[in-house]
Amino acid sequence: MLPFTLISVTVAIGLFLLIRMPNIEYLFVAAYTIVQYVVLTTAWNILGGYTGYVNFGSAAFFALGAYSSVALATFANQLDELVPESIAPMLHLIFPLSIPVLIVIGGVVSGIVGLGMGYLTLRLRGAFFAIATLAMAVVLQTLVVNWEFVGGSSGAYIVRPGEFPGLGSYMQYLFALMLALAVLALVTARAIERSRLGYGFAAIRDDELAAEASGVPTLRLKLIATTLSGTLMGMAGAPFPYYIGYLQPQSAFSLEYAVNSIAMPMIGGTMSWVGPLVGTLLLGTLQQTANVTISSAVNLLLVGLLLIGFVIVAPNGIVGLVQDRLRARRAK
Amino acid sequence: MSFDLLIGAIVAGLLLGGFYAAVTAGISIAFGMLDIVNIAHPAFIVLGSYIAYIINVGFGVDPIIISVVMLPVFYLLGTAIYQVYYLSFEKRGQESLRGLAFFFGVLFVTEVMLLLAFGVDYRYVEAPYIGPSLHFGPIDLPLRMLVPCLASLTMFAVLQILISRTFTGRAVLAVSQDQLALQLMAVDPIRIKRIAFGLSIATASVAGALLVIIQPVEPSVGREYIGRVFAICVLGGLGSMPGTLIAAMLLGVVESITATFYGPSWAPAIAFGFLLLTLAFRPSGLLGR
Repeated sequence: MLPFTLISVTVAIGLFLLIRMPNIEYLFVAAYTIVQYVVLTTAWNILGGYTGYVNFGSAAFFALGAYSSVALATFANQLDELVPESIAPMLHLIFPLSIPVLIVIGGVVSGIVGLGMGYLTLRLRGAFFAIATLAMAVVLQTLVVNWEFVGGSSGAYIVRPGEFPGLGSYMQYLFALMLALAVLALVTARAIERSRLGYGFAAIRDDELAAEASGVPTLRLKLIATTLSGTLMGMAGAPFPYYIGYLQPQSAFSLEYAVNSIAMPMIGGTMSWVGPLVGTLLLGTLQQTANVTISSAVNLLLVGLLLIGFVIVAPNGIVGLVQDRLRARRAK
Repeated sequence: MSFDLLIGAIVAGLLLGGFYAAVTAGISIAFGMLDIVNIAHPAFIVLGSYIAYIINVGFGVDPIIISVVMLPVFYLLGTAIYQVYYLSFEKRGQESLRGLAFFFGVLFVTEVMLLLAFGVDYRYVEAPYIGPSLHFGPIDLPLRMLVPCLASLTMFAVLQILISRTFTGRAVLAVSQDQLALQLMAVDPIRIKRIAFGLSIATASVAGALLVIIQPVEPSVGREYIGRVFAICVLGGLGSMPGTLIAAMLLGVVESITATFYGPSWAPAIAFGFLLLTLAFRPSGLLGR
């Protein structure tokens, strides 16, 4: 596990320096989105790929992270009006919170919701879980739309500092944080895969009843999976308000996140941590290019069609295709 | 809480519930009887709305008549989708994860194609019964709600008769209970499922026309109905048509009361509350199988 962590940290730092080289700010903006999807899809895959429970509510977990940041930032701005004068100076020492702290908080909030969600729905068949996640996204959006403190339906502005001391533009700082999160997500996913936990997840995916009968604590494992997955998604969402500058419920709860976080792992392959990474890098780069060159609606159509095509033709994704090819060559 | 307001909300809720029954009928067949988690169903309903809209604006035909004429087209679309679904997923035994992703993709593609073709503008139809209302004392019966409700109940009755009285209909019920037993009686379960799924998508044609009568439609409006239809279907008890009808009415009334007393922006949360409570306390629904 340690060598893998070192390698991924090195790759992340290398990537950061490489993107920094041409000195084009837009590269960071585009790369941030792709790396953010690496975190989201890896998180999705811990539940969807390893245990076989499809989560359609990725956008909701992502938005929870984003909106907990908005709520805390708004709280920091209106500190003096909201709390009694005696405590205010003390709170001023803590607020405004730095983004790494916001990421942790966003993760905790989403993780708790993931746990609750799993607790209510995971006792039932898989399909119910999928539907419930979809419905949950709608409800959380309703709550946020009705919550005036974070801007309601019209959205909230978040002022992004221009510079980050020692690193250059703030966007570079956000990108560096997101890279760190991606490393964290990938290391976690890979560690799970090779642990007792991972084998338990795989047993649930292959045959839940048989797993339960042979003593795998299925409910507890599934709850671990939903919590972990939700936490990582929330963490990915927490810096988002600072990235976008103006957060609306529609953009935070956008179906695009739900679709991409399913399509990318499915296209890459859901059996291991490599699949979501490959799928995201490929599809993410394609999307960013299409966004600039064609239009965003066409780009979404492309994702949908690719998703349908891959689940029909290559059920194990690109990684599965490559593995089959290698196996066939070895057999010769 | 004013009494008149409450009565008005309940009546409006029953009308709304009648319409929800039409929206849910297809899911009740696909999910309740065939175990096909067709989350793309609301997208087909919106497709139905757009077809009704195009023909209505072009030729001035009544949307409900259009939807009845379009039934065979939707039926064939449904059988085609089932064929793809069967060959790609059911036959390989991968329907759970990949089947869901497949329908999610279909939902998304349908929505984006409508978006590319018609843009994000709200579209509406014209018909003589949109506008006027009947009045009975304090009760208001807007015809644009009453007509869809009656059309929906008619469709529901026809479906119920088809399923409970005809041989094929009974075979559909049988396929949801024991596929092997059906095979032993020399009935091809795949054919039965294909017919049933075709029927399920066909209901989307009518539901779509009713939707565009009730409210202006834009491509992503179907999403609001995903939570609702599954909540109704689960609450009613999987595969039970009478249960679906009762649950639809119940959800309509509760939503309408919430919208009247707390504001319409809270209404979408109701369906989810219903769904979660049902799943947590009575997973077999009101009249479950």
